[in-house]
Amino acid sequence: MKSPTASGRLYRFQEQFARVLADVPLPDDGDNGVAPLVTHPGFAVYRNTVRKGCIDALVANYPAVARLVGQEWMRAAAAEFIRIHAPRSPLLLEYGAEFAAFLKTFEPAAELPYLAGVARLDRFWTEAHFARDESPLAAERVAALGQDDLARARLRPHASARWAWFDELPVFSVWSRNRNGTGDAGDIAWHGEGALVVRPRDSVQAIAIACADVAFLEACAAGRTLAEAALAALEADGAADLAQSMARLLAAGAFGHIKIDDSLSEALP
Amino acid sequence: MRRTNSRLSAGLGLKPQHFDAAHDCLADGLWFEIHPENYMVEGGPRLAWLEAIRERHPLSLHGVAMSLAADAEPDAAHLQRFKRLVDRFEPALVSEHLAWSTWQGAYHPDLLPFPRTTEALQRVAANIGRVQDGLKRRIAIENPSHYLHLDGHEFEEIEFLRELARRTGCGLLLDVNNVYVSARNLGADAAAYLDAFPAALITEIHLAGHSADPTYGDALLIDSHDAPVAPAVWALYERLVARIGPRATLIERDDKLPEFALLLAERERADRMLGALERRAA
Repeated sequence: MKSPTASGRLYRFQEQFARVLADVPLPDDGDNGVAPLVTHPGFAVYRNTVRKGCIDALVANYPAVARLVGQEWMRAAAAEFIRIHAPRSPLLLEYGAEFAAFLKTFEPAAELPYLAGVARLDRFWTEAHFARDESPLAAERVAALGQDDLARARLRPHASARWAWFDELPVFSVWSRNRNGTGDAGDIAWHGEGALVVRPRDSVQAIAIACADVAFLEACAAGRTLAEAALAALEADGAADLAQSMARLLAAGAFGHIKIDDSLSEALP
Repeated sequence: MRRTNSRLSAGLGLKPQHFDAAHDCLADGLWFEIHPENYMVEGGPRLAWLEAIRERHPLSLHGVAMSLAADAEPDAAHLQRFKRLVDRFEPALVSEHLAWSTWQGAYHPDLLPFPRTTEALQRVAANIGRVQDGLKRRIAIENPSHYLHLDGHEFEEIEFLRELARRTGCGLLLDVNNVYVSARNLGADAAAYLDAFPAALITEIHLAGHSADPTYGDALLIDSHDAPVAPAVWALYERLVARIGPRATLIERDDKLPEFALLLAERERADRMLGALERRAA
Protein backbone atom coordinates (compact mmCIF):
# COMPACT_ATOMS: atom_id res chain seq x y z
CA MET A 1 0.00 0.00 0.00
CA LYS A 2 1.23 3.41 -0.95
CA SER A 3 2.04 5.92 1.78
CA PRO A 4 1.06 9.59 1.49
CA THR A 5 3.53 11.91 -0.19
CA ALA A 6 5.28 14.68 1.76
CA SER A 7 2.31 17.00 2.07
CA GLY A 8 -0.18 14.25 1.28
CA ARG A 9 -3.04 16.54 0.29
CA LEU A 10 -3.77 14.77 -2.97
CA TYR A 11 -3.71 11.42 -1.19
CA ARG A 12 -6.12 12.61 1.51
CA PHE A 13 -8.43 14.21 -1.04
CA GLN A 14 -8.68 10.98 -3.02
CA GLU A 15 -9.03 8.82 0.05
CA GLN A 16 -11.98 10.94 1.20
CA PHE A 17 -13.55 11.39 -2.24
CA ALA A 18 -13.47 7.64 -2.91
CA ARG A 19 -15.09 7.00 0.47
CA VAL A 20 -17.96 9.39 -0.02
CA LEU A 21 -18.52 8.09 -3.57
CA ALA A 22 -19.06 4.67 -2.00
CA ASP A 23 -21.24 6.11 0.78
CA VAL A 24 -18.65 5.18 3.41
CA PRO A 25 -18.76 7.73 6.27
CA LEU A 26 -15.65 9.87 6.73
CA PRO A 27 -13.73 9.49 9.99
CA ASP A 28 -14.40 12.35 12.38
CA ASP A 29 -10.78 13.54 12.61
CA GLY A 30 -11.28 17.20 11.76
CA ASP A 31 -9.66 16.79 8.32
CA ASN A 32 -12.62 16.24 6.06
CA GLY A 33 -12.14 18.71 3.22
CA VAL A 34 -14.38 16.67 0.96
CA ALA A 35 -17.31 16.46 3.38
CA PRO A 36 -18.90 19.82 2.41
CA LEU A 37 -18.92 18.79 -1.26
CA VAL A 38 -21.23 15.85 -0.67
CA THR A 39 -24.38 17.93 -0.43
CA HIS A 40 -23.54 19.88 -3.59
CA PRO A 41 -25.64 18.89 -6.67
CA GLY A 42 -22.41 18.60 -8.68
CA PHE A 43 -21.17 15.84 -6.40
CA ALA A 44 -24.23 13.78 -7.26
CA VAL A 45 -23.19 13.93 -10.92
CA TYR A 46 -19.97 12.07 -10.09
CA ARG A 47 -21.75 9.60 -7.85
CA ASN A 48 -24.50 8.97 -10.43
CA THR A 49 -22.02 8.60 -13.28
CA VAL A 50 -19.99 6.03 -11.36
CA ARG A 51 -23.14 4.14 -10.37
CA LYS A 52 -24.60 4.26 -13.88
CA GLY A 53 -21.29 3.11 -15.38
CA CYS A 54 -21.22 0.04 -13.15
CA ILE A 55 -24.89 -0.81 -13.61
CA ASP A 56 -24.81 -0.32 -17.39
CA ALA A 57 -21.77 -2.58 -17.62
CA LEU A 58 -23.40 -5.33 -15.59
CA VAL A 59 -26.66 -5.14 -17.56
CA ALA A 60 -24.70 -5.27 -20.84
CA ASN A 61 -22.75 -8.31 -19.65
CA TYR A 62 -25.90 -10.24 -18.60
CA PRO A 63 -28.39 -9.70 -21.45
CA ALA A 64 -30.32 -12.96 -21.00
CA VAL A 65 -30.83 -12.29 -17.29
CA ALA A 66 -31.95 -8.72 -18.06
CA ARG A 67 -34.41 -9.90 -20.71
CA LEU A 68 -35.78 -12.57 -18.42
CA VAL A 69 -36.40 -10.35 -15.39
CA GLY A 70 -36.96 -7.00 -17.13
CA GLN A 71 -34.89 -3.80 -16.97
CA GLU A 72 -36.34 -2.51 -13.71
CA TRP A 73 -35.68 -5.70 -11.73
CA MET A 74 -32.25 -6.11 -13.34
CA ARG A 75 -31.14 -2.57 -12.51
CA ALA A 76 -32.35 -2.93 -8.93
CA ALA A 77 -30.42 -6.20 -8.58
CA ALA A 78 -27.37 -4.57 -10.21
CA ALA A 79 -27.53 -1.65 -7.77
CA GLU A 80 -27.36 -4.16 -4.91
CA PHE A 81 -24.60 -6.16 -6.61
CA ILE A 82 -22.31 -3.15 -7.22
CA ARG A 83 -22.54 -2.21 -3.55
CA ILE A 84 -20.97 -5.54 -2.63
CA HIS A 85 -18.79 -6.12 -5.71
CA ALA A 86 -17.61 -2.69 -6.90
CA PRO A 87 -15.30 -2.96 -9.94
CA ARG A 88 -11.66 -3.76 -9.19
CA SER A 89 -10.59 -3.46 -12.82
CA PRO A 90 -11.12 -0.80 -15.51
CA LEU A 91 -12.01 -3.58 -17.95
CA LEU A 92 -15.78 -3.29 -17.50
CA LEU A 93 -16.39 -5.68 -20.39
CA GLU A 94 -15.36 -8.38 -17.93
CA TYR A 95 -17.18 -6.88 -14.95
CA GLY A 96 -19.49 -8.99 -12.81
CA ALA A 97 -17.81 -12.41 -12.60
CA GLU A 98 -19.56 -12.93 -9.22
CA PHE A 99 -23.06 -12.15 -10.48
CA ALA A 100 -24.25 -15.77 -10.80
CA ALA A 101 -23.10 -16.56 -7.25
CA PHE A 102 -24.70 -13.32 -6.05
CA LEU A 103 -28.07 -14.26 -7.59
CA LYS A 104 -28.01 -17.62 -5.79
CA THR A 105 -28.25 -15.84 -2.45
CA PHE A 106 -30.21 -12.77 -3.62
CA GLU A 107 -33.51 -13.16 -1.83
CA PRO A 108 -35.77 -11.57 -4.51
CA ALA A 109 -34.41 -14.15 -7.01
CA ALA A 110 -35.50 -17.09 -4.85
CA GLU A 111 -38.60 -17.79 -6.95
CA LEU A 112 -36.52 -18.03 -10.13
CA PRO A 113 -34.33 -21.08 -9.39
CA TYR A 114 -32.81 -21.08 -12.90
CA LEU A 115 -31.71 -17.41 -12.80
CA ALA A 116 -28.21 -18.05 -11.40
CA GLY A 117 -27.68 -20.68 -14.11
CA VAL A 118 -28.80 -18.25 -16.81
CA ALA A 119 -26.30 -15.71 -15.45
CA ARG A 120 -23.60 -18.37 -15.54
CA LEU A 121 -24.28 -18.99 -19.25
CA ASP A 122 -24.18 -15.24 -19.97
CA ARG A 123 -20.79 -15.23 -18.27
CA PHE A 124 -19.66 -18.22 -20.36
CA TRP A 125 -20.63 -16.25 -23.47
CA THR A 126 -18.51 -13.24 -22.40
CA GLU A 127 -15.53 -15.44 -21.57
CA ALA A 128 -15.80 -17.33 -24.86
CA HIS A 129 -16.20 -14.10 -26.82
CA PHE A 130 -12.96 -12.59 -25.50
CA ALA A 131 -10.91 -15.79 -25.12
CA ARG A 132 -7.61 -16.39 -26.89
CA ASP A 133 -8.04 -17.28 -30.58
CA GLU A 134 -7.42 -20.94 -31.37
CA SER A 135 -8.18 -23.13 -34.37
CA PRO A 136 -10.62 -25.87 -33.40
CA LEU A 137 -9.50 -29.47 -33.66
CA ALA A 138 -10.86 -30.97 -36.90
CA ALA A 139 -12.95 -34.12 -36.60
CA GLU A 140 -10.88 -35.70 -39.43
CA ARG A 141 -7.77 -35.49 -37.24
CA VAL A 142 -9.44 -37.76 -34.68
CA ALA A 143 -11.10 -39.97 -37.32
CA ALA A 144 -7.68 -40.69 -38.83
CA LEU A 145 -6.38 -42.27 -35.61
CA GLY A 146 -6.00 -46.03 -35.21
CA GLN A 147 -7.72 -47.82 -32.34
CA ASP A 148 -4.65 -47.76 -30.04
CA ASP A 149 -3.81 -44.12 -30.63
CA LEU A 150 -7.42 -43.20 -30.14
CA ALA A 151 -7.58 -44.83 -26.69
CA ARG A 152 -4.48 -43.06 -25.38
CA ALA A 153 -5.02 -39.70 -27.06
CA ARG A 154 -5.74 -36.70 -24.85
CA LEU A 155 -8.01 -33.98 -26.18
CA ARG A 156 -7.65 -30.53 -24.68
CA PRO A 157 -10.81 -28.42 -24.68
CA HIS A 158 -10.74 -25.32 -26.88
CA ALA A 159 -9.41 -22.13 -25.23
CA SER A 160 -12.88 -20.58 -25.40
CA ALA A 161 -14.93 -23.66 -24.37
CA ARG A 162 -17.10 -23.40 -21.24
CA TRP A 163 -19.60 -26.02 -20.17
CA ALA A 164 -21.84 -26.97 -17.28
CA TRP A 165 -24.52 -29.43 -16.24
CA PHE A 166 -27.66 -28.06 -14.60
CA ASP A 167 -29.51 -30.59 -12.43
CA GLU A 168 -33.28 -30.73 -12.84
CA LEU A 169 -33.49 -27.32 -14.51
CA PRO A 170 -33.80 -26.50 -18.25
CA VAL A 171 -31.30 -23.66 -17.85
CA PHE A 172 -29.92 -23.90 -21.37
CA SER A 173 -33.39 -23.68 -22.96
CA VAL A 174 -34.37 -20.71 -20.81
CA TRP A 175 -31.06 -18.98 -21.46
CA SER A 176 -30.92 -19.47 -25.23
CA ARG A 177 -34.50 -18.30 -25.65
CA ASN A 178 -33.74 -15.08 -23.77
CA ARG A 179 -30.23 -14.59 -25.11
CA ASN A 180 -31.35 -14.75 -28.72
CA GLY A 181 -34.66 -13.05 -28.11
CA THR A 182 -36.30 -15.47 -30.51
CA GLY A 183 -39.60 -15.20 -28.66
CA ASP A 184 -40.01 -18.97 -29.04
CA ALA A 185 -43.19 -19.62 -27.09
CA GLY A 186 -43.04 -23.43 -27.16
CA ASP A 187 -43.12 -25.37 -23.89
CA ILE A 188 -39.83 -26.08 -22.17
CA ALA A 189 -39.49 -29.62 -20.82
CA TRP A 190 -38.67 -29.40 -17.09
CA HIS A 191 -35.53 -31.52 -16.74
CA GLY A 192 -31.79 -31.11 -16.29
CA GLU A 193 -29.71 -29.85 -19.20
CA GLY A 194 -26.07 -29.45 -20.12
CA ALA A 195 -24.66 -26.54 -22.08
CA LEU A 196 -21.53 -25.93 -24.12
CA VAL A 197 -20.56 -22.37 -25.05
CA VAL A 198 -17.57 -22.05 -27.38
CA ARG A 199 -16.10 -19.73 -29.99
CA PRO A 200 -14.28 -22.00 -32.44
CA ARG A 201 -13.80 -19.13 -34.92
CA ASP A 202 -15.44 -15.69 -35.16
CA SER A 203 -18.70 -16.14 -33.36
CA VAL A 204 -19.81 -17.68 -30.09
CA GLN A 205 -21.86 -20.90 -30.45
CA ALA A 206 -23.95 -22.55 -27.77
CA ILE A 207 -25.47 -26.03 -27.84
CA ALA A 208 -27.33 -28.26 -25.41
CA ILE A 209 -25.26 -31.27 -24.43
CA ALA A 210 -25.94 -34.48 -22.52
CA CYS A 211 -24.64 -35.21 -19.03
CA ALA A 212 -22.29 -37.81 -20.54
CA ASP A 213 -20.83 -35.05 -22.77
CA VAL A 214 -20.23 -32.90 -19.71
CA ALA A 215 -18.47 -35.75 -17.90
CA PHE A 216 -16.42 -36.42 -21.04
CA LEU A 217 -15.34 -32.75 -21.31
CA GLU A 218 -14.49 -32.62 -17.59
CA ALA A 219 -12.25 -35.68 -17.95
CA CYS A 220 -10.55 -34.25 -21.04
CA ALA A 221 -9.97 -30.92 -19.26
CA ALA A 222 -8.38 -32.86 -16.38
CA GLY A 223 -5.87 -34.35 -18.83
CA ARG A 224 -7.35 -37.86 -19.00
CA THR A 225 -6.95 -40.11 -22.04
CA LEU A 226 -9.86 -40.71 -24.39
CA ALA A 227 -10.31 -44.20 -22.92
CA GLU A 228 -10.57 -42.71 -19.42
CA ALA A 229 -12.87 -39.93 -20.61
CA ALA A 230 -15.12 -42.51 -22.25
CA LEU A 231 -15.37 -44.39 -18.96
CA ALA A 232 -16.27 -41.18 -17.15
CA ALA A 233 -18.99 -40.50 -19.72
CA LEU A 234 -20.43 -44.01 -19.28
CA GLU A 235 -20.35 -43.57 -15.50
CA ALA A 236 -22.47 -40.44 -15.90
CA ASP A 237 -24.89 -42.20 -18.23
CA GLY A 238 -24.62 -45.94 -18.86
CA ALA A 239 -26.72 -45.64 -22.00
CA ALA A 240 -24.62 -42.86 -23.56
CA ASP A 241 -23.67 -43.16 -27.22
CA LEU A 242 -19.98 -42.23 -27.07
CA ALA A 243 -19.47 -42.03 -30.83
CA GLN A 244 -22.32 -39.57 -31.03
CA SER A 245 -20.96 -37.56 -28.08
CA MET A 246 -17.55 -37.28 -29.72
CA ALA A 247 -19.05 -36.31 -33.06
CA ARG A 248 -21.25 -33.67 -31.44
CA LEU A 249 -18.42 -32.11 -29.45
CA LEU A 250 -15.95 -32.17 -32.34
CA ALA A 251 -18.51 -30.63 -34.70
CA ALA A 252 -19.08 -27.84 -32.15
CA GLY A 253 -15.35 -27.08 -32.07
CA ALA A 254 -15.07 -27.98 -28.40
CA PHE A 255 -11.45 -29.11 -28.64
CA GLY A 256 -8.26 -27.22 -29.44
CA HIS A 257 -5.45 -29.77 -29.29
CA ILE A 258 -4.83 -33.47 -29.44
CA LYS A 259 -1.87 -35.08 -27.74
CA ILE A 260 -0.66 -38.64 -28.24
CA ASP A 261 2.35 -40.21 -26.50
CA ASP A 262 3.28 -36.94 -24.81
CA SER A 263 3.91 -35.31 -28.17
CA LEU A 264 1.78 -32.25 -28.59
CA SER A 265 0.59 -31.92 -32.17
CA GLU A 266 -1.00 -28.77 -33.43
CA ALA A 267 -4.63 -28.91 -34.42
CA LEU A 268 -5.13 -29.20 -38.16
CA PRO A 269 -7.43 -26.56 -39.54
CA MET B 1 -3.58 -1.93 -48.85
CA ARG B 2 -2.76 -0.24 -45.54
CA ARG B 3 -3.78 3.25 -44.48
CA THR B 4 -5.40 4.36 -47.73
CA ASN B 5 -6.61 7.30 -45.71
CA SER B 6 -3.93 9.09 -43.72
CA ARG B 7 -5.27 12.65 -43.55
CA LEU B 8 -6.77 13.39 -40.13
CA SER B 9 -9.74 15.65 -40.57
CA ALA B 10 -12.90 14.91 -38.60
CA GLY B 11 -13.24 11.53 -36.89
CA LEU B 12 -15.87 9.51 -35.08
CA GLY B 13 -15.96 7.45 -31.90
CA LEU B 14 -16.13 3.81 -33.01
CA LYS B 15 -18.86 1.62 -31.56
CA PRO B 16 -19.29 -2.14 -32.13
CA GLN B 17 -22.83 -1.53 -33.48
CA HIS B 18 -21.29 0.50 -36.32
CA PHE B 19 -18.32 -1.69 -37.24
CA ASP B 20 -19.56 -2.61 -40.72
CA ALA B 21 -20.69 0.89 -41.69
CA ALA B 22 -17.47 2.38 -40.26
CA HIS B 23 -15.34 -0.08 -42.17
CA ASP B 24 -17.12 0.55 -45.46
CA CYS B 25 -17.20 4.35 -45.22
CA LEU B 26 -14.36 5.89 -47.22
CA ALA B 27 -14.97 9.59 -46.54
CA ASP B 28 -11.76 11.56 -46.99
CA GLY B 29 -10.03 12.40 -43.73
CA LEU B 30 -12.25 10.09 -41.66
CA TRP B 31 -10.59 8.47 -38.67
CA PHE B 32 -11.88 6.52 -35.68
CA GLU B 33 -11.30 6.78 -31.96
CA ILE B 34 -11.70 3.92 -29.50
CA HIS B 35 -11.50 3.49 -25.76
CA PRO B 36 -8.64 0.99 -25.51
CA GLU B 37 -10.17 -0.55 -22.36
CA ASN B 38 -12.85 -2.09 -24.60
CA TYR B 39 -10.21 -3.90 -26.65
CA MET B 40 -8.00 -5.20 -23.84
CA VAL B 41 -8.99 -8.81 -24.47
CA GLU B 42 -7.05 -11.90 -25.43
CA GLY B 43 -8.77 -12.56 -28.74
CA GLY B 44 -12.06 -12.69 -30.55
CA PRO B 45 -13.94 -10.81 -33.23
CA ARG B 46 -13.63 -7.37 -31.66
CA LEU B 47 -9.87 -7.27 -32.24
CA ALA B 48 -10.36 -8.71 -35.72
CA TRP B 49 -12.85 -5.94 -36.56
CA LEU B 50 -10.42 -3.31 -35.32
CA GLU B 51 -7.70 -4.83 -37.51
CA ALA B 52 -9.97 -4.55 -40.52
CA ILE B 53 -10.90 -0.96 -39.76
CA ARG B 54 -7.37 0.22 -39.19
CA GLU B 55 -6.41 -1.18 -42.59
CA ARG B 56 -8.55 1.60 -44.07
CA HIS B 57 -8.68 4.38 -41.47
CA PRO B 58 -6.29 6.02 -39.01
CA LEU B 59 -7.04 5.17 -35.37
CA SER B 60 -6.92 7.09 -32.13
CA LEU B 61 -6.61 5.37 -28.73
CA HIS B 62 -8.34 7.48 -26.09
CA GLY B 63 -7.81 5.98 -22.65
CA VAL B 64 -10.28 6.56 -19.83
CA ALA B 65 -8.68 4.55 -17.02
CA MET B 66 -4.99 5.41 -16.60
CA SER B 67 -5.95 7.53 -13.59
CA LEU B 68 -3.09 9.96 -14.17
CA ALA B 69 -4.21 12.32 -11.41
CA ALA B 70 -4.37 9.64 -8.71
CA ASP B 71 -1.69 9.94 -6.05
CA ALA B 72 -0.24 6.63 -7.22
CA GLU B 73 1.77 5.35 -10.16
CA PRO B 74 -0.19 4.13 -13.20
CA ASP B 75 -1.09 0.45 -12.87
CA ALA B 76 1.75 -1.50 -14.49
CA ALA B 77 -0.52 -4.22 -15.88
CA HIS B 78 -2.87 -1.64 -17.38
CA LEU B 79 0.02 0.26 -18.95
CA GLN B 80 1.31 -3.03 -20.39
CA ARG B 81 -2.11 -3.81 -21.91
CA PHE B 82 -2.25 -0.31 -23.37
CA LYS B 83 1.23 -0.79 -24.85
CA ARG B 84 0.20 -4.02 -26.55
CA LEU B 85 -2.66 -2.20 -28.31
CA VAL B 86 -0.41 0.70 -29.33
CA ASP B 87 2.15 -1.75 -30.74
CA ARG B 88 -0.44 -3.77 -32.59
CA PHE B 89 -2.65 -1.02 -34.00
CA GLU B 90 -0.09 1.80 -34.44
CA PRO B 91 -2.60 4.59 -33.73
CA ALA B 92 -2.10 8.05 -35.20
CA LEU B 93 -3.23 9.61 -31.90
CA VAL B 94 -3.05 8.51 -28.25
CA SER B 95 -4.63 10.41 -25.39
CA GLU B 96 -5.72 10.24 -21.74
CA HIS B 97 -7.46 12.49 -19.22
CA LEU B 98 -6.52 15.01 -16.56
CA ALA B 99 -8.46 13.06 -13.95
CA TRP B 100 -8.38 10.02 -11.71
CA SER B 101 -10.59 6.92 -11.64
CA THR B 102 -8.64 4.20 -9.84
CA TRP B 103 -7.90 4.40 -6.15
CA GLN B 104 -6.58 1.70 -3.79
CA GLY B 105 -7.52 -1.04 -6.23
CA ALA B 106 -11.11 0.13 -6.80
CA TYR B 107 -12.17 1.41 -10.22
CA HIS B 108 -14.68 4.26 -10.31
CA PRO B 109 -15.89 4.55 -13.91
CA ASP B 110 -15.77 8.34 -14.18
CA LEU B 111 -13.21 11.13 -14.62
CA LEU B 112 -12.85 12.47 -11.08
CA PRO B 113 -11.61 15.93 -10.04
CA PHE B 114 -8.74 17.01 -7.77
CA PRO B 115 -7.27 20.29 -6.48
CA ARG B 116 -4.67 21.59 -8.94
CA THR B 117 -1.79 22.06 -6.52
CA THR B 118 1.98 21.98 -7.01
CA GLU B 119 1.95 18.56 -5.40
CA ALA B 120 -0.65 17.35 -7.91
CA LEU B 121 1.30 18.89 -10.79
CA GLN B 122 4.40 16.93 -9.82
CA ARG B 123 2.43 13.72 -9.46
CA VAL B 124 0.54 14.05 -12.75
CA ALA B 125 3.67 15.09 -14.66
CA ALA B 126 5.52 12.07 -13.28
CA ASN B 127 2.63 9.81 -14.27
CA ILE B 128 2.43 11.23 -17.80
CA GLY B 129 6.17 10.69 -18.06
CA ARG B 130 5.79 7.06 -17.02
CA VAL B 131 3.04 6.49 -19.55
CA GLN B 132 4.97 8.15 -22.39
CA ASP B 133 8.08 6.15 -21.47
CA GLY B 134 6.04 2.94 -21.30
CA LEU B 135 4.26 3.52 -24.59
CA LYS B 136 7.40 5.01 -26.17
CA ARG B 137 5.38 7.85 -27.64
CA ARG B 138 3.89 11.23 -26.91
CA ILE B 139 0.34 11.33 -25.61
CA ALA B 140 -2.19 14.16 -25.35
CA ILE B 141 -4.03 15.10 -22.13
CA GLU B 142 -7.70 16.13 -22.17
CA ASN B 143 -9.29 18.90 -20.09
CA PRO B 144 -12.10 17.38 -17.97
CA SER B 145 -15.69 18.49 -17.39
CA HIS B 146 -16.27 20.13 -14.01
CA TYR B 147 -19.31 19.97 -11.76
CA LEU B 148 -17.89 21.22 -8.46
CA HIS B 149 -16.00 24.20 -7.10
CA LEU B 150 -13.07 22.61 -5.23
CA ASP B 151 -11.10 24.48 -2.61
CA GLY B 152 -7.36 24.68 -2.79
CA HIS B 153 -6.57 25.11 -6.49
CA GLU B 154 -3.15 26.72 -6.87
CA PHE B 155 -3.29 26.79 -10.68
CA GLU B 156 -5.83 27.76 -13.29
CA GLU B 157 -6.54 24.75 -15.48
CA ILE B 158 -4.87 26.14 -18.61
CA GLU B 159 -1.78 27.08 -16.59
CA PHE B 160 -1.71 23.55 -15.14
CA LEU B 161 -2.04 21.91 -18.58
CA ARG B 162 0.60 24.20 -20.09
CA GLU B 163 2.99 23.31 -17.27
CA LEU B 164 2.34 19.58 -17.75
CA ALA B 165 3.17 19.95 -21.45
CA ARG B 166 6.31 21.90 -20.64
CA ARG B 167 7.53 19.30 -18.15
CA THR B 168 6.61 16.14 -20.10
CA GLY B 169 6.41 17.17 -23.75
CA CYS B 170 2.82 15.88 -23.90
CA GLY B 171 0.25 17.39 -26.24
CA LEU B 172 -3.19 18.64 -25.26
CA LEU B 173 -6.59 17.35 -26.29
CA LEU B 174 -9.05 20.23 -26.10
CA ASP B 175 -12.63 19.11 -25.50
CA VAL B 176 -14.81 22.08 -26.42
CA ASN B 177 -17.95 20.54 -24.95
CA ASN B 178 -16.13 20.02 -21.63
CA VAL B 179 -15.12 23.69 -21.69
CA TYR B 180 -18.73 24.72 -22.34
CA VAL B 181 -20.19 22.42 -19.67
CA SER B 182 -17.57 23.44 -17.08
CA ALA B 183 -17.98 27.14 -17.80
CA ARG B 184 -21.74 26.86 -17.39
CA ASN B 185 -21.47 24.79 -14.21
CA LEU B 186 -18.78 26.90 -12.55
CA GLY B 187 -19.83 30.30 -13.88
CA ALA B 188 -16.83 30.93 -16.13
CA ASP B 189 -16.41 32.28 -19.67
CA ALA B 190 -15.99 29.45 -22.20
CA ALA B 191 -14.88 31.71 -25.04
CA ALA B 192 -12.21 33.35 -22.88
CA TYR B 193 -10.94 29.87 -21.87
CA LEU B 194 -10.68 28.78 -25.49
CA ASP B 195 -9.00 32.06 -26.51
CA ALA B 196 -6.35 31.51 -23.84
CA PHE B 197 -5.68 27.84 -24.66
CA PRO B 198 -2.17 27.36 -26.09
CA ALA B 199 -2.77 26.68 -29.79
CA ALA B 200 0.57 25.06 -30.54
CA LEU B 201 -0.02 22.30 -27.98
CA ILE B 202 -3.41 21.16 -29.31
CA THR B 203 -3.09 17.84 -31.13
CA GLU B 204 -6.78 16.93 -31.11
CA ILE B 205 -10.20 18.49 -30.47
CA HIS B 206 -13.28 16.76 -29.07
CA LEU B 207 -16.89 17.73 -29.72
CA ALA B 208 -19.78 16.00 -27.96
CA GLY B 209 -23.33 16.47 -26.79
CA HIS B 210 -24.37 17.23 -23.21
CA SER B 211 -27.63 17.12 -21.31
CA ALA B 212 -29.33 19.06 -18.55
CA ASP B 213 -29.44 17.51 -15.07
CA PRO B 214 -32.87 15.93 -14.49
CA THR B 215 -33.30 17.87 -11.23
CA TYR B 216 -31.44 21.13 -11.73
CA GLY B 217 -32.01 21.59 -15.47
CA ASP B 218 -29.72 23.98 -17.34
CA ALA B 219 -28.11 25.14 -14.08
CA LEU B 220 -26.20 21.84 -14.06
CA LEU B 221 -25.06 20.44 -17.42
CA ILE B 222 -23.78 16.90 -17.71
CA ASP B 223 -21.14 15.79 -20.19
CA SER B 224 -23.30 12.84 -21.17
CA HIS B 225 -22.22 12.16 -24.79
CA ASP B 226 -25.78 11.09 -25.48
CA ALA B 227 -26.94 13.84 -27.85
CA PRO B 228 -25.80 15.74 -30.95
CA VAL B 229 -23.24 18.51 -30.46
CA ALA B 230 -25.09 21.61 -29.20
CA PRO B 231 -25.29 24.79 -31.36
CA ALA B 232 -23.39 26.80 -28.71
CA VAL B 233 -20.56 24.23 -28.79
CA TRP B 234 -20.42 24.37 -32.61
CA ALA B 235 -20.13 28.17 -32.37
CA LEU B 236 -17.25 27.88 -29.88
CA TYR B 237 -15.56 25.31 -32.13
CA GLU B 238 -15.82 27.58 -35.15
CA ARG B 239 -14.27 30.43 -33.16
CA LEU B 240 -11.49 28.11 -31.91
CA VAL B 241 -10.42 26.68 -35.27
CA ALA B 242 -10.62 30.14 -36.87
CA ARG B 243 -7.90 31.11 -34.37
CA ILE B 244 -5.72 27.98 -34.28
CA GLY B 245 -6.29 26.52 -37.76
CA PRO B 246 -7.43 23.01 -38.71
CA ARG B 247 -6.86 20.28 -36.13
CA ALA B 248 -7.99 16.61 -35.95
CA THR B 249 -11.52 16.80 -34.53
CA LEU B 250 -13.63 14.01 -33.04
CA ILE B 251 -17.39 13.74 -32.73
CA GLU B 252 -17.90 11.70 -29.54
CA ARG B 253 -21.07 9.75 -28.93
CA ASP B 254 -21.25 7.06 -26.25
CA ASP B 255 -24.92 6.76 -25.34
CA LYS B 256 -28.29 6.77 -27.15
CA LEU B 257 -26.43 5.84 -30.31
CA PRO B 258 -28.12 6.96 -33.52
CA GLU B 259 -27.66 5.45 -36.99
CA PHE B 260 -24.14 5.72 -38.34
CA ALA B 261 -25.39 8.05 -41.10
CA LEU B 262 -26.50 10.64 -38.53
CA LEU B 263 -23.10 10.61 -36.82
CA LEU B 264 -21.49 10.89 -40.22
CA ALA B 265 -23.57 13.97 -41.02
CA GLU B 266 -22.36 15.62 -37.78
CA ARG B 267 -18.83 14.67 -38.62
CA GLU B 268 -19.19 16.16 -42.11
CA ARG B 269 -20.08 19.51 -40.59
CA ALA B 270 -16.72 19.58 -38.78
CA ASP B 271 -14.97 18.24 -41.86
CA ARG B 272 -16.38 21.08 -44.00
CA MET B 273 -15.13 23.71 -41.54
CA LEU B 274 -11.68 22.09 -41.44
CA GLY B 275 -11.59 21.76 -45.22
CA ALA B 276 -12.37 25.45 -45.67
CA LEU B 277 -9.54 26.37 -43.29
CA GLU B 278 -7.14 24.03 -45.10
CA ARG B 279 -8.00 25.61 -48.45
CA ARG B 280 -7.52 29.07 -47.02
CA ALA B 281 -4.10 28.10 -45.66
CA ALA B 282 -3.02 26.51 -48.98
